[in-house]
Amino acid sequence: MSEAAIASVPEAEAWPARERCLALLRQMLLVRRFEERAAECYQQGLIRGFLHLGIGQEAVAVGAIAALEPDDRIVAAYREHGQALARGVPAASVMAEMFGKATGCCRGRGGSMHLFDAARRLYGGNAIVAGGLPLACGLALADRILGRPHVTACFFGDGAVAEGEFHESLNLAALWVLPVLFLCENNLYAMGTRLDRHQAMADIHRKGDAYAMPHAVVDGMDVLAVEAAVRRAVEQVRGTGRPFLLEARTYRFRAHSMYDAELYRPREEVERWKQRDPLPLFIARLQDGGRLDDAALAAVEAEVAAEIDAAVAAAQAAAVEPVADLLRDVVAPSSPEPQT
Amino acid sequence: MTRITYREAVRQGLREALAADDRVVLVGEDVGRYGGAYACSKGLLDEFGAERVRDAPLSEAAFVGAGIGAALAGLLPIVEIMTVNFSLLALDQIVNNAATLRHMSGGQMSVPLVIRMATGAGRQVAAQHSHSLEVWYAHVPGLKVLAAATVADARWMLAAALADPNPVILFEHALLYPVEDDVDARPAGFDPWHAAIRRPGRDATIVTYGGSLPKCLAAAETLAGEGIDAEVVDLRCLRPLDVGCVLESVARTHRAVVVDEGWKTCGLGAEISATIAEERLYELDAPVARVCTAEAPIPYAQHLETAALPSAARIAAAVRDVVPGKTAAAAAPRAE
Ligand SMILES: Cc1ncc(C[n+]2csc(CCOP(=O)(O)OP(=O)(O)O)c2C)c(N)n1
Ligand SMILES: [Mg+2]
Repeated sequence: MSEAAIASVPEAEAWPARERCLALLRQMLLVRRFEERAAECYQQGLIRGFLHLGIGQEAVAVGAIAALEPDDRIVAAYREHGQALARGVPAASVMAEMFGKATGCCRGRGGSMHLFDAARRLYGGNAIVAGGLPLACGLALADRILGRPHVTACFFGDGAVAEGEFHESLNLAALWVLPVLFLCENNLYAMGTRLDRHQAMADIHRKGDAYAMPHAVVDGMDVLAVEAAVRRAVEQVRGTGRPFLLEARTYRFRAHSMYDAELYRPREEVERWKQRDPLPLFIARLQDGGRLDDAALAAVEAEVAAEIDAAVAAAQAAAVEPVADLLRDVVAPSSPEPQT
Repeated sequence: MTRITYREAVRQGLREALAADDRVVLVGEDVGRYGGAYACSKGLLDEFGAERVRDAPLSEAAFVGAGIGAALAGLLPIVEIMTVNFSLLALDQIVNNAATLRHMSGGQMSVPLVIRMATGAGRQVAAQHSHSLEVWYAHVPGLKVLAAATVADARWMLAAALADPNPVILFEHALLYPVEDDVDARPAGFDPWHAAIRRPGRDATIVTYGGSLPKCLAAAETLAGEGIDAEVVDLRCLRPLDVGCVLESVARTHRAVVVDEGWKTCGLGAEISATIAEERLYELDAPVARVCTAEAPIPYAQHLETAALPSAARIAAAVRDVVPGKTAAAAAPRAE
């Protein structure tokens, strides 16, 4: 993808109110500091398995989820700490999950890649690339048939676009008129494979045309641009009941998972993208716009740090599930409650 | 004799195959620039070029299906699927095309294809990355299924699989990649299609394959200290199953424990124990026992995952149970 394409992405038209800006900043900081801390915990062996950090991509989850209603539904992939935290899943609950503790949002069954929260309508946390897209269609189908006004926002990576499930889901959603916002977090790489090495036509949002689906592209390093683009797209989805494909162009600053040799991309490329780090970029804009002074920034940082310290302390202190419960929640004990 | 890891053994097998025959191509996600999700193809892109070491998009159904098509038309593709969990996206191509084309075409078509994939749990990567679904493929006529449990098998099985005119699924257990062992030149008459007795013994037969082999050998060591002499059979080929080796062993030991990291219900252990019952029921001095993974998706938390999987302790306990006479001598309190 060319840098020009990024630069041509329109600026956010209007500034949201100061409180909303500060809320976005707080969430971006929470996600960034949470993941930095999670990486430390991984080094200490407190978190294990795979840990995919979205550092560099925070503006997408935070901006997008700010534009959703509380009853809208969210489907995410395995790089989804940002989505969970932005949706309001408590940092303590996510951290405890990654520590494998009973107090985790999935009682230690899922870990980093499988964060679920039914009350907040977060339907995972899916580690099968593109595995969430058909689910999003089904969630939206139920809402449509049952006459509910909700939108399902489905996050996935650029790599997922190569899977049949992406194409099948877009077609199904367009054909059946399903209220899904397909939100591609295009970070230019699927593991070690660069976008132009896995896509014959790398302008992802334009794939919507093949399914008569409206689409747009947005600068995923600009939280206000993301928020505005998602707000517009979601309004359209809610208004028409039809799906929408939004591509957010972003970049992952860290390795694919905790360790990889990063042989697949030049260091200068990473450094160039770091110049567009969404967090300092947003802070600078807020400061330039007179919406943030040093004291306010320090206060938010302190608040976030305290929340994360508390989350780690609680996760460390928490108990694990008893081994006797190994077979718990494999099948429902009786006929399930109807889900809302 | 050189000491190499299982991972390096796989890599050397791949390199040898690419060097030996121009028709061999390696296809899969991140096999090229990334060097393979498990680093099994490091350096091969540089050595053999992007035409023959092909990075595929995340399109398991398409690139596995393309491998089948390429095999039909004269190539010898090695397709890598990162893990068996993701192979489910290609299950249709494997089961409905690779396995059936020879038969449906009345013998006109041949699919000389090798599909390699990692399998197994033990790394806290939770339910979508940890399952052992070998038996799904072992169920299907038209496929052959190999599982490399040793460094030597990781080194030499690939060539045998490539030489076979059938589609072969070759399993590598993710926990075995760092395991080291001495590997010799290719043993004369190397034959991965038959089971191997990895440890001879008189008192009971432990039947296993893949990532469970080291656990079974460890259990056999423990049992030896208690006076129980267990034989360990590594199946190696899950389809067609080498029932002869298993039955011959059971006829000598009169006791069998099947160890499988897959689930017990409708699993490989069920197949083995049913075969023993059909063929050698009256040789048995005890019912066949099975040690399998708990009937749950693999959980993330370490203590739960460990509890879900077969362990040397569980295997040893199962053997003690089928060799009751001998355990009285070693009546130390047991873990389970
Ligand atoms: C079906 C499937 N195939 C392969 C994998 C292994 N894998 C995990 S992440 C990944 C890359 C996905 O890239 P992308 O969708 O762009 O997401 P990103 O990692 O960039 O967030 C691959 C190949 C998988 N999890 N699922
Ligand atoms: Mg990506």
